[in-house]
Amino acid sequence: MIADSPLPSVAVQLRGVEKSFRNGDQVTPVLKQVNFTALAGEMLLLVGPSGCGKTTLLSVLCGTLNADAGEITTLGHALHTLSPAKVTRFRAGHVGFIFQQFNLLPTLTVAENVAVPLRIQGVSRGKALARAKEMLACVGIPEKINERPSRLSGGQQQRVAIARSLVHNPALIVCDEPTSALDSAMGHQVMELLKGTASDGKRTVIVVTHDPRIYRYGDRMAEMEDGRITRVLSSPAAIAAAHPIT
Amino acid sequence: MFDIALRMLFGDRAKYLMLVSGIAFATILMTQGFALFFGILSFSYSTISNIRSPIWVFDPLVQQVADNQPLRDTDIDRVRSVDGVAWAAPLYVGFAQARLIGDGGTSQQVQIVGIDANTLAGAPTKLVAGNIFDLQLAESVVVDANFVEQVKAMRGIELKVGDVFEMNDRRARIVGIAALSQGMAGATYIYTTWDRAKDYAPNQRKMLTHVLAAPLPGRSTEEVCRAITEATGLKAVTEGEFKKMSERFMVKFSPIPFVVGVMVVVGFVIGVAISGQTFYAFVFENTRYLGALKAMGTSNGMLAAMILLQALIVGLVGFGLGVGVMSAFFSAIPAGRVPLLLLWPVPVGVLGAVLFICMGAALLSVVRVARIEPAIVFRS
Repeated sequence: MIADSPLPSVAVQLRGVEKSFRNGDQVTPVLKQVNFTALAGEMLLLVGPSGCGKTTLLSVLCGTLNADAGEITTLGHALHTLSPAKVTRFRAGHVGFIFQQFNLLPTLTVAENVAVPLRIQGVSRGKALARAKEMLACVGIPEKINERPSRLSGGQQQRVAIARSLVHNPALIVCDEPTSALDSAMGHQVMELLKGTASDGKRTVIVVTHDPRIYRYGDRMAEMEDGRITRVLSSPAAIAAAHPIT
Repeated sequence: MFDIALRMLFGDRAKYLMLVSGIAFATILMTQGFALFFGILSFSYSTISNIRSPIWVFDPLVQQVADNQPLRDTDIDRVRSVDGVAWAAPLYVGFAQARLIGDGGTSQQVQIVGIDANTLAGAPTKLVAGNIFDLQLAESVVVDANFVEQVKAMRGIELKVGDVFEMNDRRARIVGIAALSQGMAGATYIYTTWDRAKDYAPNQRKMLTHVLAAPLPGRSTEEVCRAITEATGLKAVTEGEFKKMSERFMVKFSPIPFVVGVMVVVGFVIGVAISGQTFYAFVFENTRYLGALKAMGTSNGMLAAMILLQALIVGLVGFGLGVGVMSAFFSAIPAGRVPLLLLWPVPVGVLGAVLFICMGAALLSVVRVARIEPAIVFRS
């Protein structure tokens, strides 16, 4: 049940992707002929001003939002050709999610929250909880397994979210503003953890952010503006040069 | 995933209690409405409930139990002679004024029931004091416990076995007190023999209002009713049919069932609104988390099953609580005194309504969840 297939060297490839949102008679194009590539084993930062289409692009490439046009190939699956049910199964097996607002179920314990992706795949409660406890130890909060999320700090909640995103060993992790609700020190700890998940070369982490404090963790950076990728910085050095830390 | 659905439901106790309370309140509202409606209807045939006879024979013009068209005394023998009839006994039901002695001559209207002195057919079955066979003694009557209570409340006199009062200037001595269902407008019953009822009631040329009868063992009641009707030209019906006739008459010609019916409908609509809205609001508040589950790969079918399970649990628990409260309330009030009748179809129907409402609200929620773009979770 846990994804274990070999990764292609290109993890995500988008060609000519377009997406518009309709509000009454008004149609707002959000993605305009986007071409995009994320490599296997890298941490790629997706940056740009608010409203430029970063989150929409992230949603499209992981299969939570349908594009209006274009080709989306993620981990070797042509998402634009799959039925909604197959896309749902694809997400369950191959994608880990880290949300800006954590989205931990408040009535479940920390361990139960972490176990959710395995439960979705049909893994038994006992096995899922055992694996969840291992993941909580990996993210440094093994003592919190029976706590409710509301009793944790923001940083601890995001660690739980990271454990949840990793528990089913997905090949792609998508993160939406993972540090925006955290203070600087906690943000760096969370990014260290995320960086560690990508560093084994088997997993791709795509992070949407406009938090310049965490730019140094990216292997590459794609800059967006007005629905288009305007520039791709291909190395940490290029990122540091383009966005010096002040 | 079903255990996660239940944890989502039970985990927030305040919300869960609010949800269950809403359904319980709706259950109470609907149950009391229907119980009131059937209770009012049951008052329309309390005379039949109190007298109890397998077969009732009366004039074909009679539409309901309170409608008395006098029969000839010879009709009793005509009914007895019909094939299949085990016994037939006379009955008089009418109104009289009971005048209390030692109370300045104040009087109170009562419904007088005259039964056959030999067989005591139609006599009350539950006496709280006295002996029913003493009804065969001179000047004797059995009074309704409700009559005793009314007299105590209004006149301050506590009637008991052995006390005497007057009806139509004739002495009436209490030999028994019976537990009976109250009639419409608080009417109470006084039992005596058919012969004596002629003395107590205002004088009429004919004093036979009904003939009570029973079929021979092994003969169907309906079949004997048909035989009596064919042989005598009188109308013969079973006890149940006579109750239905009286109910139908009341529903058709009295404004009370309409008024109560409107209350029932309003109660039902409010119940629907409360339970439906409460559950829908619960799902609405959980949209973000359901969206997160959907983003992480939970199928629409599984989410629908989770929501339906939650609705089923909430419906059953809320209904159980509500119907439990109503059952406790009904068992605390004296039987036959208040027009509340909890027939078994009422809780079954209310359970059906509650589950229908919860499932309806759940299906609306399912449609809403099915339409959620999983990408909603990326919006802060």
